[in-house]
Amino acid sequence: MSDQRMWMIWPDNAALSILVLALIAMFALYAARAPMHGLLRSASHALGGPLRLGARWLFGVAAEMRARNKAVLLAQGRRETGQRIEREFERLALLVARDLQGYPTLQRKLLEEITRVEEDYKKCGEVPPPPPDWVDAVTAVAKIKTGGGEVVQKILVDIRQSLESIHDKALAEYRRAYQMRHSILEGFMPYWRSLDKTMKQVDKNMTGIQDAAAQVDAQMASYKEIAARSDEAESSLTNSAFTQFFIAALVMAVALGGAFVNFKLIALPMSEMVGASDYITSTLRTSEVAALVIILVEASMGLFLMESLRITHLFPRIANLNDRMRRRMVWISLTLLLTLAGIESALALMRDMLIQDKQALLQSLAATPAVVNEGWLGHIPTAGQMVLGFILPFALAFVAVPLESFIHSARTVGGALLANLVAALAFALRILSNLVRQASRALVHAYDVLIVLPLLIEHAVHSLRGGAPEGAAPPVDVGEKTLHPLS
Amino acid sequence: MKIRTLATSLAMAGLALAAAGCTDSRSHAQAVYMLVDNSGTYAREAGKAELVVNYLLGTLRPGDSFAVARVVNRSFSEKDIVAKAMFDTRPSEANAQKRAFRAKTEAFLRTVQATSHTDITGGLIQGAEFLNETGAGSKTIIIFSDMEEDLDKVTVRNFPIRLDNIRIIAVNVTKLGTDNIDPRRYLGRLDAWHKRVKAAGAAEWKVINDIERLDGIFANS
Repeated sequence: MSDQRMWMIWPDNAALSILVLALIAMFALYAARAPMHGLLRSASHALGGPLRLGARWLFGVAAEMRARNKAVLLAQGRRETGQRIEREFERLALLVARDLQGYPTLQRKLLEEITRVEEDYKKCGEVPPPPPDWVDAVTAVAKIKTGGGEVVQKILVDIRQSLESIHDKALAEYRRAYQMRHSILEGFMPYWRSLDKTMKQVDKNMTGIQDAAAQVDAQMASYKEIAARSDEAESSLTNSAFTQFFIAALVMAVALGGAFVNFKLIALPMSEMVGASDYITSTLRTSEVAALVIILVEASMGLFLMESLRITHLFPRIANLNDRMRRRMVWISLTLLLTLAGIESALALMRDMLIQDKQALLQSLAATPAVVNEGWLGHIPTAGQMVLGFILPFALAFVAVPLESFIHSARTVGGALLANLVAALAFALRILSNLVRQASRALVHAYDVLIVLPLLIEHAVHSLRGGAPEGAAPPVDVGEKTLHPLS
Repeated sequence: MKIRTLATSLAMAGLALAAAGCTDSRSHAQAVYMLVDNSGTYAREAGKAELVVNYLLGTLRPGDSFAVARVVNRSFSEKDIVAKAMFDTRPSEANAQKRAFRAKTEAFLRTVQATSHTDITGGLIQGAEFLNETGAGSKTIIIFSDMEEDLDKVTVRNFPIRLDNIRIIAVNVTKLGTDNIDPRRYLGRLDAWHKRVKAAGAAEWKVINDIERLDGIFANS
């Protein structure tokens, strides 16, 4: 009998052997059903339990982190909004002091102008005297028939002449009166203009104050929301922090480009000062590190300058200095920055000279005639490098502003990202735990499928007896659900 | 609290590692010793040697060392060093030194007088001594010769030499009249030198015949 047929009960009948062995195995597995289910359940608990615990702990940590982030964010937002409101109030106070301080004078001026205009207006109202009553008499006289009498005719002519002269006088008087009224009206113009101008100024001032008041209102509304710890305030502050973070990062990347140009300008001439053959690491020369240090010192001086000018608030110690000390610090940092800028400018010149020297040497070694670049065109790169060397330190000084924004917003952004990361990890652990539980259930079912025949027999016996068979396997509790065989 | 302690520990460890990494005691300087063969007909190649010297002067950096020596009847002598310099670490000074070096070698190469014998081994031993004294991180001997050693009867050079960690580069190895008849002589000569310098502990053996490809001198094989 070969070794391959050792397992066969009937070596000549493999199918029967397999069938009998399968039946034996099935009943053996049926006998071991309860312990096997227990084993699977224990394994599921052993694996899934720690995973669930871990997930719960991580969810708790994420929630705690979010709460802390929120507290920090709201505190930061409240402080910033408070400062903004303070500044708005200061601005408002300035506006009020500037515009409304002179308001009584303005009012007096307005009243005087209005009174004068009123008086003039009244004067305009004084109409010239009406035509005399004797007009009717003249009309009556005019109707008298002369009858050809010379005396009457003469009298009438005299009357006519005297009437005409009186009429002319009355007309002249009337015209003069109207002319005077026109001149009074003409005299109104400057007052009207002045009035209009004054009113416009008042309107402008009032609008400015209204705008400032509206801004204070908006800031106050924001402050109230933050104080109420509302979700909208948190969301708004988080969005603002993310925006600030990316803008600051962008500006700092630009500044980094400037620092790189700066580094290139001074790295070569620094080798003239500290030597070109010393290395700090296998690829980093001492001269390069020295150039980097100079740039970092410049950035630090710029930072101190901005702090002393109270543009940034990274160092509370500097912010708390008294004005005298702060002014001293401004001058010290500015002087150092100027000195460093001067040094950089000189180094830029030296760089140009070194490059020219090297070029001259290489040309002499190559036995080619040196290209002489005479004239002002040849000096443009040198001058450009020197100017750049002088300006870049000051430009780098302003990096302090985006740096402050970056640092402040990084706390919020980093905190939010970390909390999300922890929550994602917790979620992954929860999924893994569920997978383990479901796998355990699937294995239990698979086990029952393997022993389906004994289970059917058990079920039949159970039905015949009308009750649970003695020694029958109890329902299997896997996880939260109870599994009944063949149910 | 634990997070803070962990962060502080990590920061301290990082600083310690950075501090440890900031010390590179190895020498990054290069030292080059160039042997120029003066013997027989090869003395006519001196013009090409000037090109090699100029290339090296243009390539070597401040802090590097450079020496040019001639190969004569017996070359194991400091007297055969035509010019030597350890370039200053300041680029401007180094450039001035290079100009002076060039003037010296130019004067020598224009007045080369052919010698009757060729002691390459002596030159190699002298070169190794010079290079080891410089303490440079990278040491190279450039042999500007046809690599045909021709010693007089009293000169003894058939003993093992030490060229530990030195790169040996043969430049402009011209073919002799006999090599043209039987190229195996040329190839055998080069092979013999290869074996000899490798046995002496040389870091590398290289042959550059094309003067236009001198950049291969400092390119690692």
